[in-house]
Amino acid sequence: MDLFLQNIVNGLQWGSFYALIALGYSMVYSILMLFNFAHGDVFMVGSYIGFGVATALLGFVAMTGIPLPGWLILILTILFSMFFTSFVGMFIERVGYRPLRDAPRASAAITGLMIGIILETGNLAILGARRLSFPQLIESATYQFGGVYVTNKKILIVGVSLGLMYLLHRFIQNSKWGMAMRAMSFDFQAVPLMGVSINKIAPLTFAIGSALASAAGILYGLAYPVLDPYMGILLGWKAFVAAILGGRGSILGAALAGFLLGFIEIFVAWIFPSTLRDVIAYSIILLILTFRPHGFFGQAHSTQLRL
Amino acid sequence: MNIENSTSQQDKKTIRARLKTFLAPVPLIGWLLGIFGAVLVEYFLGDLISYYFGLPKIPVLFGFLTVLKKPLLMPGTIGYLALVYGVPILVIAKTLQKPANRIADFLDRGPVTVAAFVHLGLLYGALHFWADLSDYRLLVLKLTMIAIMLTLSINIINGYMGEFSCSHPGFMALGAYTASAITLLLFTDDKQFGIALLPAALGPYLFPLALIAGGIAAALGALVIAIPSFRTRGDYLAIISLAFLFIVKSVIENLEFVGGPRGMSSQPHYSTLPVVFIVMVLCIWIINNFVRSTMGKALNAVRDNELAAEAMTVNTRKTKIITFMFGAFWAGVAGGLFAHVLRYVNPGSFGIQRLAEILAMVYFGGLNSVTGSIVGAVSINVLGEALRPLEIYKWIIIPLLLIVVMLVRPTGLISFTEFKPKELMKPRHNREEGA
Repeated sequence: MDLFLQNIVNGLQWGSFYALIALGYSMVYSILMLFNFAHGDVFMVGSYIGFGVATALLGFVAMTGIPLPGWLILILTILFSMFFTSFVGMFIERVGYRPLRDAPRASAAITGLMIGIILETGNLAILGARRLSFPQLIESATYQFGGVYVTNKKILIVGVSLGLMYLLHRFIQNSKWGMAMRAMSFDFQAVPLMGVSINKIAPLTFAIGSALASAAGILYGLAYPVLDPYMGILLGWKAFVAAILGGRGSILGAALAGFLLGFIEIFVAWIFPSTLRDVIAYSIILLILTFRPHGFFGQAHSTQLRL
Repeated sequence: MNIENSTSQQDKKTIRARLKTFLAPVPLIGWLLGIFGAVLVEYFLGDLISYYFGLPKIPVLFGFLTVLKKPLLMPGTIGYLALVYGVPILVIAKTLQKPANRIADFLDRGPVTVAAFVHLGLLYGALHFWADLSDYRLLVLKLTMIAIMLTLSINIINGYMGEFSCSHPGFMALGAYTASAITLLLFTDDKQFGIALLPAALGPYLFPLALIAGGIAAALGALVIAIPSFRTRGDYLAIISLAFLFIVKSVIENLEFVGGPRGMSSQPHYSTLPVVFIVMVLCIWIINNFVRSTMGKALNAVRDNELAAEAMTVNTRKTKIITFMFGAFWAGVAGGLFAHVLRYVNPGSFGIQRLAEILAMVYFGGLNSVTGSIVGAVSINVLGEALRPLEIYKWIIIPLLLIVVMLVRPTGLISFTEFKPKELMKPRHNREEGA
C-alpha cells in the first residue's frame, strides 16, 4: 500500500512534465490544426535558458552580496525563462509555420521537425557535448507521511504545474485574448473576418505554449539536474502522444492525458521490469486509440489532410 | 525601354537556349556512355590526373571532402572534376550522338525490358568502376541505394495515399532483424545462434529468401497500423504509427535472443553491390508499376476524398491494407539489405533520428513521384556524406536547406509527376533531321 501511494506521488511528478509540454502541443493544434514538432526541443531550450538565468542570478548574488533566498531565485528563474522562451516559440511560428499556413500539413510538420534538429545541433555547436548540471536552488528536504516519502521538490513541481495549468485555464476562460483563442479554435476562417487577427493569436499561442514548456524544463532540471541537448526528444514525443491521447486541441484532455501517461509509465516500471516500460505504455495507448480513435475529449469530426 | 539591358538578357537566353539545343539530341544512352567513359578515365588515369592537379589522392566524393578539409585545394579539385567528369561526359555524349540515337531507336522498337536491361547494364558498369576505387564510395553507394528503396516505399504511404506514417524505421527494423536472424542462424557459426545449419556456400543464393522473409515480417507488422487506419486517419494515425515504432524498438531491446540493446553483429557479407543494385532496380520497377496501376490510382482517390472514392467503388479498406503492407514490405527488404551492408544492427539505429532522415528524404524529393523519391534520397544522402567534414554543422545546413525547400515548394522538389522509363530511353532526333 505504501509503495502504491509512493508510486502515485512519483507518477504525479512525472506526469506533470508531460502535462505541461502536452499543453503546448494541444494549444497550437487547437488554433492552427497543426502540431508544433519543434516543441520538444523548445522544452530543451527552455531548460537551458533556465540554467543560464539561474546561473546569472546566482552570480549576481555572489557579486553584490545581496542575500536573495533560494526560493526567490527559483521564482525569478521560472518567470524570466518563461519570458525569454516565449520568444523562441514566436520565432518558430514566424519562420516555420506562418509561411506554410495554407500549404499541405505535412510540410509544416517537416519544417517543425527540422527546426527542432537545428535547435538541438545549434545547442551542441554552441555549448559543446558536455552535460550541464542544473544548479540546486533550494535545499531538498524529505517528509514522511506514513510510509510515503515526499521531497519538497516533488511538492513544488506538482504545485507549480497545477498552478500554471489553473492560470492558463483562467486566462483562456476569462481574458479577452483567451476568448479570441477559443473563438479561433472554433473556426479559424470566420474569426479573422471579425477583426481578430490570426497573426496575433497564433504567435500568442506559440508563446504561451513555449513558456509552459520552459517552466517544465526548469522543473525537470530541479528533479533530474542533468541537461543534454537531446533531452527534448524523448519527453517531447511522449508529450505529443499525450496531447493526441487527450483529444487534439483539448486543453483539459492534454493535461489529464499527460498525468495518465506519467502514471502508466511509473506503474508499469513498478510492476514489470523497467525495460518493458515503453512496450506496455505504448501498447496501452494503441489500445485506447483503437477503441477511442479521437482521444478522450476530441471531437469526432474527421479532418482531411490538406494535401 | 532600356535596350542594352534587354539585349544582354536576350543574349543570356540565347546562350542557354543554344546549350539546350546543342545537348538536346543526346539520348539517355549517350549520357550513360559518357558517364561510363568518364568513370573509366578516372579508373585508369585518376591517380595520374590527381597528381598533376596537386591533389594527395583521387577526390572520393566529387571533391567535397577534400575542399571542405583543405580549401586551398579548391582550384585543383575543380580542374580535376572538369577534366575527369565534365570533359569526357560531354565529348563522348556529343560525338556518339548519332550512333547512340541509332541504338536508342533500335531499342525503342524492341520490348521495353531489353532497353531497360541495356541502360541498367551500362549504369551498373559505371557504378561498379566508380565504386571500385575506394571502399568508402562503395559504402556510400550502397547506403544511397537502400535510401532510395526506403524513400520510395514511404512515398507510397505518405505521398500517394496521403497518410502521415511515422513507422518506417520500425518496418525497417523488423526486416533487418528477421533477415539477420535467418542468415545468422542458417549460414554462419556465431555466438548467438550457434553453428550453421546449412552449408555456407548456399548462403548467397538463399539470401533473397531471407530478404523476402524480412519484408513479410515487416508487412505483417504493418497490419497493426493498417487496421486502425480504417477508422481514423491523419494525426491519430500518425500517433498510432509512432507508437508502433516505439513498441517495435522497445520489444527488440527486450528480446535477449536477438541481442537486446547490444544488437546483432557479424552478418555474412551478402549485400554486395550487384545484389543491392538488382534489388533496388526491382523495387523501383515494381513500385512504379504499382502506383501506375488501377490500385495506384485508387490510392490518390483515397487520399483526395475517401467518401467519394468509396462511392466510386474503390474498396478503401483493401486499398489501405495492401498499401501499408506493400510499403512495409519494401521497407523490410531495405532493412535486410541495410543490416547486411553494415553487418551490424542494434535497436538504436531505428529510432526517431532515422525517422527524421527518411521523412526529410521523401519531403525534399517530392510527394507522389517516383523520380522525386530517387532525387530526394540521392541528394540528401550524398549531401549528408559530402558535408561530413563540417561535423555537427552539417545538421544545421541540411535542415535549413529542407526548410527553404518547404517554404518555396511545399510538396517537394519534383512532386506529382509520373516516372516513364520508356519516354526517358527514347531516341532524341534533331528537329532538322526529323523534318
